[in-house]
Amino acid sequence: MHMAASPQKVGATGGAGSGSSSIVETLADFARRRKSFWVAVSLAILFTAWEIAGRVPISFAFPTFLETLSALIEMALDGTLLPAYFITFQPLLLGVAVSAVLGIGLGIAMGLSDKAEWLLAPVFIVLQAAPMAALVPLVTFVYGIGLVAKTLAVIMLALPVIVLNSYKAVRHVNPSLVDMCRSFQGTRMQQIFKIVIPDATPVLFAGLRLGIAAGFIGVMLAELLITPTGIGDLITYHRSVANYAHMYAAVASIIAVSTLTLAALQYVELRFLRPEKRRK
Amino acid sequence: MANPIPLRTADNATPDAVVEVRDICKRYGDVEALRGINLQFERGKLTTLLGPSGCGKTTLLKIIAGLVPATSGQVIVNGRQVTGPGPERAFVFQDFALMPWATVLRNVAFGLELKGMPQAERHRIARHYINEVGLSGFEEKYPHELSGGMRQRVGIARAFSVNADVLLLDEPFSAVDEQNRRKFQEDLLRLVDKERKTFLFVTHSIEEAVYVSDRIVLLSPRPGRVSQIIEPAIDRSAAPDVIRRDKGYLDVVEEIWQGLRQYAE
Amino acid sequence: MKLFGIKIPMMTSLIFWALVWEIVGRMDVIFLIPPMSSIIAAGFGLVQTGSWQNATLITLRTFVLGMAMAIAVGVPLGVAMGRFKIVDNIFGLWVNMFVSAPLSALVPVLMILFGLGETTVFVTVFLFAVWIIVLDARAGVMQVPPSLIEMGRCYGASRFTIFTKIILLSALPEILAGIRIGLIRGVKGVVIGQILVSIIGYGELFELYSRSFDMERFWALTIILFAAAMVLSAVVEHFEKRIEYYAGAR
Ligand SMILES: Nc1ncnc2c1ncn2[C@@H]1O[C@H](COP(=O)(O)OP(=O)(O)O)[C@@H](O)[C@H]1O
Ligand SMILES: [Mg+2]
Repeated sequence: MHMAASPQKVGATGGAGSGSSSIVETLADFARRRKSFWVAVSLAILFTAWEIAGRVPISFAFPTFLETLSALIEMALDGTLLPAYFITFQPLLLGVAVSAVLGIGLGIAMGLSDKAEWLLAPVFIVLQAAPMAALVPLVTFVYGIGLVAKTLAVIMLALPVIVLNSYKAVRHVNPSLVDMCRSFQGTRMQQIFKIVIPDATPVLFAGLRLGIAAGFIGVMLAELLITPTGIGDLITYHRSVANYAHMYAAVASIIAVSTLTLAALQYVELRFLRPEKRRK
Repeated sequence: MANPIPLRTADNATPDAVVEVRDICKRYGDVEALRGINLQFERGKLTTLLGPSGCGKTTLLKIIAGLVPATSGQVIVNGRQVTGPGPERAFVFQDFALMPWATVLRNVAFGLELKGMPQAERHRIARHYINEVGLSGFEEKYPHELSGGMRQRVGIARAFSVNADVLLLDEPFSAVDEQNRRKFQEDLLRLVDKERKTFLFVTHSIEEAVYVSDRIVLLSPRPGRVSQIIEPAIDRSAAPDVIRRDKGYLDVVEEIWQGLRQYAE
Repeated sequence: MKLFGIKIPMMTSLIFWALVWEIVGRMDVIFLIPPMSSIIAAGFGLVQTGSWQNATLITLRTFVLGMAMAIAVGVPLGVAMGRFKIVDNIFGLWVNMFVSAPLSALVPVLMILFGLGETTVFVTVFLFAVWIIVLDARAGVMQVPPSLIEMGRCYGASRFTIFTKIILLSALPEILAGIRIGLIRGVKGVVIGQILVSIIGYGELFELYSRSFDMERFWALTIILFAAAMVLSAVVEHFEKRIEYYAGAR
């Protein structure tokens, strides 16, 4: 195998590293504060625009930002929001967990074995590019309208992207590191567990994040399409009674929750699988 | 001052050959990388493979390492034919091949870790070689926190720590700036002297080759063939600065350049 | 890519899976999976029906409009974000948020705002596709080597020339990559939009076939849709490869 000229792959595992120097910390701190400043500014701009658009109003079905916010607070306090999330998160977590285990496993197998690649890669390439949403109505035929059907809807959307990312991660492992492991007579198992998987970790995580994002789309689709439950029920119900502020609040909250979930995952990844984010 | 005698040996058979390369040919599909390479490498000596880039230096080194199969021919190390990587050979990679997620200590000890050596013992050995290459204090650092030169020292320490007879170094200093490069060359010579191992060293710098080598093998461009073998008998007991200004040293550099310039045109 | 003496192209495994499907379908284990051959036969019948042609027309129209809008808005916004720090700071948060947000939850809102018609689907397509186009255009502009811009200045290029001939051209590979992913997302958007609205285009047909348990047609429609998505992405990928020679050189 020819040596790669410049390995751009980065990998991450391992525990806590040594403390970074104080200059780096101050810089990072500055950047962080600056960033939160801009977060505040862009939130403020959008919310103001929303408020103005709501007051005009651009549509009878367009509540102002403040109305939506108070609806959100009301739902949070009167105990409708939390139980709804409890219900929504069940198929989501289950589906994502199944997709993660199955997807990373299959992806790694496809990356390591030409036969598995031949057999499975085309299928998942098609499934990832295709609008899987079209198949959601189908699962209700077999699994009814319960938790299983919704979990399946999540898996259908989340699995392909996780599989393909894991597969790509393994295929793009730094060949020089694999050669290095071989040159020290590492066994195939050592090669897989000590080199391939650690080196693939950042891309595996990226795939996981994409999978979770797809899972959120899937669970909302399921809750709106199969039968209204959880947040989907809040959206559908408030829409049917023309309680638009509440409906908007539910939609905004699920978008916010999904964003925060993804950000938290990224934070955990950086924090615990740190040592280098970029080698160069 | 020593008077180096450039020596051309038509028959390069040596009595105590650790590594013997017999009739090695290598093709990558349509590309013929190496043709009919016959070489012997003596125990305890540093031999340099020198040639224009793309002439198959890395390929030859990897064939000797057992990382790449030859199309035909054989490599014999310590009397046994090479079929794959072995404990008597250690490779230093041009791009360092350090695990970015592991500390310097774990990287250096990695060869021993793969062999299943207990942690305490392998860390003791690794620390010894980290110290040898001048990196003590950096054990807990990660590769991205080190300069290119320091990273390559980690790679060298890793190769040393498995205690192989033969060290294969593929352009180890190509990512190092000129000042540090000289320092490294001197360090390398010190290690060669101290560790008494056989070194196969790839470079494309003529000066570097002449400065560090007992023997220089010139390869011709694709398909790589042995075009010339030169033994720059330089007295290494002299101070580095003296050697670099030595007439004999400069003559060898000039001679190699004359040999290679035909390919550069 | 299995080596079995000879190299077998990867996509051939799809034929293998189609055969497996045929066998499972023939064994009649589950009504959901009719034999592949009857699905294909149903597909040929389907494309001749007026309802399919009509639905396809509607779907294509909303898709093309939505994509055109997404590109028209996404590329300039992405370029602006890449060039001007302030634009980046203001929009960065929202673009990054919406690129992975569960937009399916937003469709009911669109439905009450824009009605149960093509407009809603059009906006859905736009929302699914636009964010990734913005992000990739931004990345493309950000990676333009400063030395290239300095070179342009040295040779006396005007700001406009630098912008069009250097910045936009060297960002082109990323912009196209963004458009390709945007197209794939747009296809998902058009389907999700239509299924949730459920009274227009393919959404209506899916609803109809699944309610009447017409599995042959259901699958035929799905396969047509999947194939269209694959062909679309293959076409853009081909186009991308044609300019890749200079993307690869940097
Ligand atoms: N894995 C490979 N596949 C195809 N060709 C290769 C491979 N590795 C090296 N080559 C070709 O073989 C020739 C020798 O390469 P290499 O040994 O890397 O040269 P050097 O190290 O002297 O620069 C080059 O022309 C290179 O393109
Ligand atoms: Mg080389």
